Amino acid sequence: MINNSTTDTNSLPLGEMSEGQRGNLYNYILGIADNSLILGQRLGELCGHGPSLETDIAETNISLDLFGQVRSYFQYAAQISGDDAATEDTIAFLRLERQYKNVLLVEQPNTDFGYVIVRQFLFDAYHLLFLRELEKSNDQTLLAIAKKSVKEVSYHWRFSSDWIRRLGDGTQESHERVQEAVTDLWMYTDELFHQTEADQAMIAEGVGVDTAALKEIYYKMVSEVLEEATLEVPENKYFHKGGKQGIHSEHMGYILSDMQYMQRTYPNMEW
Amino acid sequence: MSEQEVKNLEEIFEARIARDEKIEPKDWMPEKYRKTHIRQISQHAHSEIVGMLPEGNWISRAPSLRRKVALLAKVQDEAGHGLYLYSACETLGISRDELYDQLHTGKAKYSSIFNYPTVTWADMGAIGWLVDGAAIINQVPLCSTSYGPYARAMIRVCKEESFHQRQGFEIMLKLANGTPEQKDMAQDALNRWWWPSLMMLGPTDAESVHTAQSMKWKLKRKTNDELRQQFIDQTVPQADLLGLTIPDPDLKWNEETGHYDFGEIDWDEFWQVVKGYGPSNKKRMKDRVGAWEEGAWVRDAAMAYAEKKEKRKNDIKRAI
Ligand SMILES: [Fe+2]
Ligand SMILES: [Fe+2]
Ligand SMILES: [Fe+2]
Repeated sequence: MINNSTTDTNSLPLGEMSEGQRGNLYNYILGIADNSLILGQRLGELCGHGPSLETDIAETNISLDLFGQVRSYFQYAAQISGDDAATEDTIAFLRLERQYKNVLLVEQPNTDFGYVIVRQFLFDAYHLLFLRELEKSNDQTLLAIAKKSVKEVSYHWRFSSDWIRRLGDGTQESHERVQEAVTDLWMYTDELFHQTEADQAMIAEGVGVDTAALKEIYYKMVSEVLEEATLEVPENKYFHKGGKQGIHSEHMGYILSDMQYMQRTYPNMEW
Repeated sequence: MSEQEVKNLEEIFEARIARDEKIEPKDWMPEKYRKTHIRQISQHAHSEIVGMLPEGNWISRAPSLRRKVALLAKVQDEAGHGLYLYSACETLGISRDELYDQLHTGKAKYSSIFNYPTVTWADMGAIGWLVDGAAIINQVPLCSTSYGPYARAMIRVCKEESFHQRQGFEIMLKLANGTPEQKDMAQDALNRWWWPSLMMLGPTDAESVHTAQSMKWKLKRKTNDELRQQFIDQTVPQADLLGLTIPDPDLKWNEETGHYDFGEIDWDEFWQVVKGYGPSNKKRMKDRVGAWEEGAWVRDAAMAYAEKKEKRKNDIKRAI
């Protein structure tokens, strides 16, 4: 779909974007991509340790899809960063912890398969709704990435929601374990809908997705599956936040010390 | 069945193999053929899934996004190989759970190479280049083995293994042409993986059992020593291309034989690892058994859910 309006950011050649527009777009892209980066990293830790060969393969697949998306986003971010030395890898590996913008949900640990699936499920529902809107972005590059990713993420959603049903409506033990994970991780859902300054600026430009408008349908979508799975939908008053501002949980430093290990130990080399 | 009848069937069976016909799951086969195939195919399947662990160890630390994606995809391919091979093995009348049980109790073996630790990024290059390389030498002849499901699985597997080998070589090439630290890392990996890769092709012919029967059934077409020689002859020029030194002072080209001569393999080390005392045997089994045991509640849940779903479907049918 080609958008002919003259106010969209991407109808301006990169060189004609103002410093502020450029900075907002850059931060906006990182805000999207960091979620996929950190969740992909978490899933990568599991490789070879799944409850069955089939789930192992599926989780690796999801991780691969997420890293594929990350590369497209970061390649674009590198282009508009205004820094000639920026690459997908400098953006992925060489930031300080406070500069990563992922939500707290995706950095939560692989406590057990129940937590892994619930984390995936709570993120996939959001991710799917988000990408369906990003497909209408005024920014042609983001639109193209969304178009490609939405197919992958529909599959992720199908995988994780099927497992929620199996675990919730499986055995007594699985029901209890997955309920515990839902209750624990629910506190991280609200942050998905928080908007940063860059988000708001990009929404105003018709580039970004108005996530506030997705919140109601998100909770409906997630609750329907939980109820089908005979699980209780938590009714939290309190939620956690901070990831989008770079204030992460204690887990994040360890994720980065693994992820950045090679780039930090052997600076300025090609691999 | 009388002894004479069995003997006749066996003769017909061997004649079919000699004519290069494929044996399929429903065909009659001698018990020994079935058992030998279960042993070899499951050993191969176990090697694929245990083999995911040493490389899986570097996924979270891969040095670039491109390398991370390629490594994830490679380890996932190995899981896929495990899947095809377990399926091929199941056609011989054994369940996957039984096969896992044999692995977890130590009754079944897997390739001893995976009992070495991966300590640097260069090990991802060395494994792809040498270990997948040696695997290909072992496996290409199996693409025309007599048991149909195994032969077909091997055709798919071999295609992907060649891709892995090229990818591993490319990692090494990048390191070998890199900074002094990178070059050292590559040489160190070659030093550590070279001898275990030679051992991977199996004990020397004098020590190897079952070979004659396996040759007849096309489970083996060359002896371990022939395969090893082929691997060395193929790999030395590649090491030269990388500018790396193979850690064997006795290695030299023999004009007369048209092959490389090479030094003595430390068979004591080989048997130590095969018998379960290699540097990472305990860790590998702990990871496999741990994943299996920790996953039990998940597999039970999936089974219980499927049963409930089936029952509900039947209840609805009955109600209509
Ligand atoms: Fe393989
Ligand atoms: Fe293999
Ligand atoms: Fe391989």
